Amino acid sequence: MIRTAWLVLKKDLTVEVRSLEIAYTTLFFAISCVLFFAFALVKEGKAPEDGAAGILWIAIAFGGTLALGRTFERERQSETLRALLMAPAARPAIYVGKLLGIVALLVAAEIVLVPLVAFLFQAPLLSHPFWLSAVLLTGTIGFAAVGTLFSAMLVRARSRDVLLPVLLYPITVPVIIAGVRATAALLQPDVELALVRFWVALLIALDAVFVTLALWTFEPLMTD
Amino acid sequence: MPKWFLPLVAVAAVMFAASPFLIANAPYEATMGLVQKIFYYHLPSAWVFLLSAIVCGIASARFLFGGSPRQDRLAYAAAELTVLFGAIVLVTGPLWARKAWGVWWQWDVRLTSSLMGWMVAWAYLLVRKYGGPGSDKLAAGLALFGMANVPFVYISVNYWRTIHPATSVVPTLPVDMGLALWFAVACFLLLFVLLLRLRVYLEEQRARLDALYLSLDE
Repeated sequence: MIRTAWLVLKKDLTVEVRSLEIAYTTLFFAISCVLFFAFALVKEGKAPEDGAAGILWIAIAFGGTLALGRTFERERQSETLRALLMAPAARPAIYVGKLLGIVALLVAAEIVLVPLVAFLFQAPLLSHPFWLSAVLLTGTIGFAAVGTLFSAMLVRARSRDVLLPVLLYPITVPVIIAGVRATAALLQPDVELALVRFWVALLIALDAVFVTLALWTFEPLMTD
Repeated sequence: MPKWFLPLVAVAAVMFAASPFLIANAPYEATMGLVQKIFYYHLPSAWVFLLSAIVCGIASARFLFGGSPRQDRLAYAAAELTVLFGAIVLVTGPLWARKAWGVWWQWDVRLTSSLMGWMVAWAYLLVRKYGGPGSDKLAAGLALFGMANVPFVYISVNYWRTIHPATSVVPTLPVDMGLALWFAVACFLLLFVLLLRLRVYLEEQRARLDALYLSLDE
């Protein structure tokens, strides 16, 4: 099972590294989002309070939606989805492989986005690197866990581009709220680590719920 | 339709007509006065809203793992009722909040999670309507996530210190208030069962019509 997940991940990353299609488009889109908010909100070098936290997560969510839509679209276009599903591999392993691929991609995007947001919004985002990466990683896993499941399910549906955000955003609201609140807590002049720890614990709990539900439902949803 | 349906509609109509009198007779709450009366419809509709999300989730799980179209029709009907009763909760809540807290809306955990549950039910209906073939399974997967949110809505007020009253308020109500409340709860539960049955019946007729068309084509 772990081996299958690793093979799916390796395959996805190889395809991605060769073209860099999703990485570039996602990153470009996310950066455009951040720039738009910077134009709109930063006045005379002053950003609104907690703005940086919100905008960082909006950029991740929007960019993530784009990346999620593309990963399975690529399988569909090259007609490899059927091959993937016909392979003698456990469905949950395929899901885990895909999920890790998305998380890796989004983490790569975050490595660029965090300094950009910190620079444009003059936010001390990098003052607690350990906690910030914990918040970003747990938040990204929660968002991607639901997103991978739904984008896989939507591959065969009509108007899938419209439906992915419709499905994804209501369910990932708690992840985004926890992520934004934790990041905002990290931006305070004197950081209350207990508060950050609480939000990270909530994110871990949400991750556990979402990943369990997704692993449970991936098999019947991908069979027909 | 089953035989019990029409008599129960009459019972529900009488009960709904009687409930305002019971509510009017219940004593005034000390600090909020008249505006607290909205509670007698707000709380029952909230319970039915959560119950309906659970019905939708369980029926969806059974559809997903068992494949029975009956469960799918039940889930679809429950999702629509989740939207309906959620709308009642989300209208009566702010009306009450405006007077009791001074604001229409507060981003507190219970309000946020209720709104989220309501949006999941909307998303379910949108997928069913615009998703095309295969969207029934897709929506069923969504309903499971919607059901996972329900316990969160329920316990949120006890774990987080929020502005919304906790669940422990209900057993401590004075007798007159409790009577009006439980009567309203019975009204809403009955209404839920009736609407659910009616909606499932409509879906059954649709399925039969589809089957007839199919057999005509062959």
